Amino acid sequence: MTKYIIGRLLQTIPILIGITIISFAIIHLAPGTPIGLTLNPKASPKIIEQMKKNYDLDKPLPVQYWLWLKRLFTGKLYSFKDGKPVLKKIAERLPATLLLNLVAMLIIFSLAIPLGVFSAVRRYSFLDNLCTFGAYLGISIPSFWLAYLLILGTVKLFGYPVLGMRSFAIEELTVVEFILDRWWHLMLPSIILAVGGIAVISRYTRSSMLEVIRQDYIRTAKAKGLSEDDVYYKHALRNALLPIVTIFGFLIPGLISGSVIIETVFAWPGIGRLAYQAVLARDYSVVMTILTISSGLTLLGNLAADILYAVVDPRIRY
Amino acid sequence: MLKQRSLFWIYFKKNRLAIAGASTISAIFLMAIFAHLIAPYDPGETDIATKLAPPSFKHLLGTDQLGRDVFSRMLYGSRVSLSVGFVAVSISLFIGIIVGSIAGYYGKIVDSVLMRFVDIMMCFPAFFLMLTIIALLGPKIHHVMIVIGATSWMGTARFVRAEFLSLRERDFVQAAKVLGISDKRIIFRHMLPNALAPVFVTATIDMATAILIEASLSFLGFGVQPPAPSWGNILTEGRIYIFDAWWLTLFPGLAILITVLSFNLLGEGLRDALDPRLREEGIK
Repeated sequence: MTKYIIGRLLQTIPILIGITIISFAIIHLAPGTPIGLTLNPKASPKIIEQMKKNYDLDKPLPVQYWLWLKRLFTGKLYSFKDGKPVLKKIAERLPATLLLNLVAMLIIFSLAIPLGVFSAVRRYSFLDNLCTFGAYLGISIPSFWLAYLLILGTVKLFGYPVLGMRSFAIEELTVVEFILDRWWHLMLPSIILAVGGIAVISRYTRSSMLEVIRQDYIRTAKAKGLSEDDVYYKHALRNALLPIVTIFGFLIPGLISGSVIIETVFAWPGIGRLAYQAVLARDYSVVMTILTISSGLTLLGNLAADILYAVVDPRIRY
Repeated sequence: MLKQRSLFWIYFKKNRLAIAGASTISAIFLMAIFAHLIAPYDPGETDIATKLAPPSFKHLLGTDQLGRDVFSRMLYGSRVSLSVGFVAVSISLFIGIIVGSIAGYYGKIVDSVLMRFVDIMMCFPAFFLMLTIIALLGPKIHHVMIVIGATSWMGTARFVRAEFLSLRERDFVQAAKVLGISDKRIIFRHMLPNALAPVFVTATIDMATAILIEASLSFLGFGVQPPAPSWGNILTEGRIYIFDAWWLTLFPGLAILITVLSFNLLGEGLRDALDPRLREEGIK
């Protein structure tokens, strides 16, 4: 096991390096210089030279890459737009995104797994077919469109704003009011962020459960007279949930991409919105950092999922 | 071979959702092809006097803020959405097939290098990556097509590689090698046709994803640029009037949903019909 984990960790290193190289290459191989758009077109050649020097753009690409990497990891990378340290900007936005994604994750797992298990146990029933169709709807619906429909509905119904992270013009809140207000604003974006995940994971749970149900030991359990519930929810479910662990890693890039759209629609002050604003403002140091960090997170998520899988499933021996 | 094909049809026809998807897609394709004949108005024709008019017999789906007929704009918009999807998927198939077949055919070091590259690409949050590249290149329709295609080929590559790894050991490939046929010919003439079925399944589902991505990019202002009508565009321009003119938000969104849903249903139907494990159960 230790050998497997070490081997797996070593495999991650070249991929991590590849991620940073590609993030760097994308920004620098595109036409135009990264500072081109932030400069006044009348800027004298001297100022342009100075700007290039400040951002190391006068050096050869491999040197630029090395300097960028060094700055990224020492926290000395500054935003092109306001000169603030990039890592600090990201850290400021992190709690909002984490909160949103955590709630979405909770919604996904608390709904998707029961739905998937239920669909598998009552296979081809009316409700199973309904879940199947619902899952197709879930992966097909444009999230921003669903967001607008729900905003329209909620505002018409309750007459209370849903955008942002808190309500404006209310300064002094008791703790209870603060929490309620926060929940109100969290509700819609986290539900919409969860829709795709619910669809995917419920289907995954369903097929995993179906796979387990046809095993011999399930037939044995039934034959020795255990109740259906015991067989399905005690014996089958445990084994069916094992592969779901590996999905965890795949969820991360989807949630990050989803955050870009949903945080923009709901004016949620998180990393997704920061990413979009940085793209709009051509703030490439922020864009590159977010690209690198989120891909790195995905890589670590996959790694954690693989190791966890090997730990929880004793049948897997590498 | 014939038996395989007829078995496929038997199982495919049983899947009513997939048939519904296929018929809807044909209808949408026909509407897109004959948009210029069906559309009652010119999609760019403005008429301020009737701006933001609700759906009526004169304007089936209402008019927008410039008095343009939403129904006509959506018909022309279907051309944009479908062609973006089609070209993007073709590009992604091209890259995916090349990378996957080379990795699977040559194996060893070539395979490891190419597959590590696939691993790297799969770590990126795809949508944000596309947004960044399009922001760099400038939002034009062909950039959108290329960028979607260039960032979504990894699934196809993995599929094709897996097929090639098993095909490589088969007798007919070994025989071709012994006969001294060139690698290029073995890959494209002998092996690829045997690996295409699962590729078509991914292509159908990728088409759904590409249309959805184009709409999302348009929504953030990085898709096909106005005044060209695309479903994402109409929706985005209309969202400012959401409380006064709901039809500007509802109908384009519905069009996207139905199209994407149909492609997904068709893709899953094809996959089920091709999966021998599911067939066995159907026979029982």
